[in-house]
Amino acid sequence: MSKPIAALIGGIVFGTGLSVSGMSDPEVVLGFLTVDGGWNPALLLVMASAVTVTALGYLAIGRRSAPLFDTRFHPPARTAIDGRLLLGAIIFGIGWGVAGYCPGPAIVGAFTLDPRALVFLPGFIVGMLAFEGLPKPAPPQIQ
Amino acid sequence: MTNAIIGGLLIGAAATWLWLSMGRVAGISGIAAQALTTPRANLWPLLFVVGLGAGGWIGNLLRNPAPIPELDALNVAALLSAGLLVGFGTRLGSGCTSGHGVCGSARLSKRSISATVVFLGVGMLTATLLHAS
Repeated sequence: MSKPIAALIGGIVFGTGLSVSGMSDPEVVLGFLTVDGGWNPALLLVMASAVTVTALGYLAIGRRSAPLFDTRFHPPARTAIDGRLLLGAIIFGIGWGVAGYCPGPAIVGAFTLDPRALVFLPGFIVGMLAFEGLPKPAPPQIQ
Repeated sequence: MTNAIIGGLLIGAAATWLWLSMGRVAGISGIAAQALTTPRANLWPLLFVVGLGAGGWIGNLLRNPAPIPELDALNVAALLSAGLLVGFGTRLGSGCTSGHGVCGSARLSKRSISATVVFLGVGMLTATLLHAS
């Protein structure tokens, strides 16, 4: 199997999970983010079950020297808790709280022709491209 | 609520598969940015994004999606500006709900857990100020 096929399978399973869980519906997400009488804990259950499975999965894969279809693992290089990380998380959090869309559900919604996601998506793409225009920080030092 | 847990299991299975097969963290904002900016360098990010869409169709067949409310001008403006903030913020912060929230938390990364606490807290504050009834 090649990497593109593996990625396609991963995307299909991930997208099915987002849709089945209700996370592709921004009203369900806002039902969790909005703390009032109608609070909906669904997002917490999705996160808890996804994190549990992923943690067990990573543990099971453990000390393999390489993944199945690549020569090495690609763990995120950055480990610092810095201003860019926190400011990015704040800006993302505001946008998430306004519309109830994070990137995965927005992409799923756009492909399933949900008009809300189709309006959100151009903004999302322009926001990503605006970041590409910024000067990049130095790459982290590899020890 | 059962759907939420089953959906979470599928998301976890997909994240595990991406690590086992390709050695990649399933961070959707990063993968989407690669699909958008360097689609010819690597085919796999674009295919992951297409897979997300196909999964959305499969999921919608497996459940009854709620009816979609009508959009007015205010919703359109809010959705567009939220898109800008989410697109820019997830790139600046190197991740979103999938990369930091699911994969980073599962790796017990302090960096990802910090980001997750911040965007969850800010998201809840923003939504509660704007949408609480």
